[in-house]
Amino acid sequence: MPSAFQRQRYLIDYSLMALGRRPGKHLGLLAVYTLIVAVLASVMLFSESLRGEARLLLAGAPEVVLQRLEAGRHALMPASYLARIEGLRGVSGVRGRLWGYHYDPFIGANYTLMVPPSDAPLPGTLAIGAGLARSRGLEVGDLLSLRAANGEPYGLKVAARLDTESELLSTDLVLLSEQDFRAFFGIPADHYTDLVLQVRNPREVHTVKEKLNLVFPDSRPILREEVLRTYDAVFGWRQGVVFVILLGSVLAFVILAWDKASGLSAEERREIGVLKAVGWETADIMRMKFWEGAVISLSAFLLGYLLAYLHVFHAGAVLFAPVLKGWAVLYPDFAPLPSVDGLQLATLFFFTVFPYTLATIVPIWRVATRDPDAVMR
Amino acid sequence: MIELRGVGKVFNQGRHNQQWAVRDVSLRIETGQLTCLRGPSGSGKTTLLALIGCLARPTLGRILRDGEPLSGLPERFMAELRRRTFGFVFQRFNLIRGLSVLDNVMLPAYPEAPAHEELRERALGLLRRFGLGNLAGQRVEWLSGGEAQRTAICRALINRPAVLIADEPTANLDSRLSAEFMGIAAELVASGKTLIVSSHDPRVYESPAVQRLVGLRDGRLEEA
Repeated sequence: MPSAFQRQRYLIDYSLMALGRRPGKHLGLLAVYTLIVAVLASVMLFSESLRGEARLLLAGAPEVVLQRLEAGRHALMPASYLARIEGLRGVSGVRGRLWGYHYDPFIGANYTLMVPPSDAPLPGTLAIGAGLARSRGLEVGDLLSLRAANGEPYGLKVAARLDTESELLSTDLVLLSEQDFRAFFGIPADHYTDLVLQVRNPREVHTVKEKLNLVFPDSRPILREEVLRTYDAVFGWRQGVVFVILLGSVLAFVILAWDKASGLSAEERREIGVLKAVGWETADIMRMKFWEGAVISLSAFLLGYLLAYLHVFHAGAVLFAPVLKGWAVLYPDFAPLPSVDGLQLATLFFFTVFPYTLATIVPIWRVATRDPDAVMR
Repeated sequence: MIELRGVGKVFNQGRHNQQWAVRDVSLRIETGQLTCLRGPSGSGKTTLLALIGCLARPTLGRILRDGEPLSGLPERFMAELRRRTFGFVFQRFNLIRGLSVLDNVMLPAYPEAPAHEELRERALGLLRRFGLGNLAGQRVEWLSGGEAQRTAICRALINRPAVLIADEPTANLDSRLSAEFMGIAAELVASGKTLIVSSHDPRVYESPAVQRLVGLRDGRLEEA
């Protein structure tokens, strides 16, 4: 009884020899296949990395944000709400936040102005995000003058440049003191932009949300998990957009693979006939061709994934970054954190390696199940 | 002994170009002899050899070896017979281009999966026996007609089959190489092999090495 392992070794050996006999054809196919995997994997890796980045940043975000609405639009929150919320069971802490947007016509970009909960800059100074600093050419000690709500120029001195673990959300950020914020936007001292709540038991956030809905019918509570879900949806949607754009090249590859796989040349048919005539079983030929297809598709998959990894995590995903990050004037100088998602890897494997191998096997099977005399004739 | 009982083979059955290549052939081929199928082109020699060598299945009739049926077996058993019982030397040799002489010779043994070193030694032994020892590493497309034929014979013998089948073995050879082939054939018969060859070349069917001559014409047996 021949050893099954030894038999597979002979078949793999033959498959490798077969690949080596037509190097031009196989290398060309490998190159196209690798490129397709690299492009698809780049999109997946980059989107997943963005999601991960968002999750990382939002991990420190408040569990519940309460925003007041007027006619369905976000409105300022009276400070009197703070005392009423403190009395709610399950709420361990509440504070008012001050933040807003400012359009800078000088570079045509929106800034996010914010008063940090602690270590706020001294009055008359500010801290700015890296993107803003790059765009305006600002260094620490420079003066930044912006047009305030009353139409007068409002000058603030740059005290620091923000150095956070991710630039993704801080690139257009401006941190300033409460005093300057209120003066700049003309917000009265007894109002905040919104409120943030800490919940004692994280499993009770939904109960707290229900209570807030009841007690403050003019306000909407937003949970951290809802924000995360929105980010996921946004990045998922962008990934989808890129995939649709790439559909053309994927289809071209499918046609190429199908043509290669289904259109067995006369020489390949003859070879199958000869192998059968000298005693190879149909299963041996199928296995040999399976290995041939597997060597190409696995090599392309591994090479493509490696290229994608380098593209995304070492070259900053230069091909897709503008689409996947979003359309903005101030692009964050964003270095994605290297991470590989097992499920995504498996999905990509299933949709690239599996169809190719199948497309190779089916036409071979059609030929290999016939009598050798009929195949060679 | 190989026995054919009322064997027939039709191609393109049921179509307008249907053709009977072999009709109602009943024949006994003795073990340990050199049997030659003689006939002009299109007489059905190649088809009959393919049927005997399990490369094709008869449309009608049965083929038996030592009383056991060869035709009508499942594909897997047919492949095993082709591998273990029969060695086939094709008219155009059908060596696999791009591979070396040694790799071509070793190919039929792959499904048997012997130890690689043992297989390699067996193949090299055959190549040396047929004067091809120094060509083992050469690609087959660079071989001369005689060298290619001897490589094909080595490939047919690698699994030590009891029966060697050769289709028009001298069709692509000159007189010297044809005589050389008949010498090899006589040697193989002397070593106990059964040989079945087809030819319309008098250098083959008139050779003293041939022990039995079977005539074919239009797919039927011709009285010798």
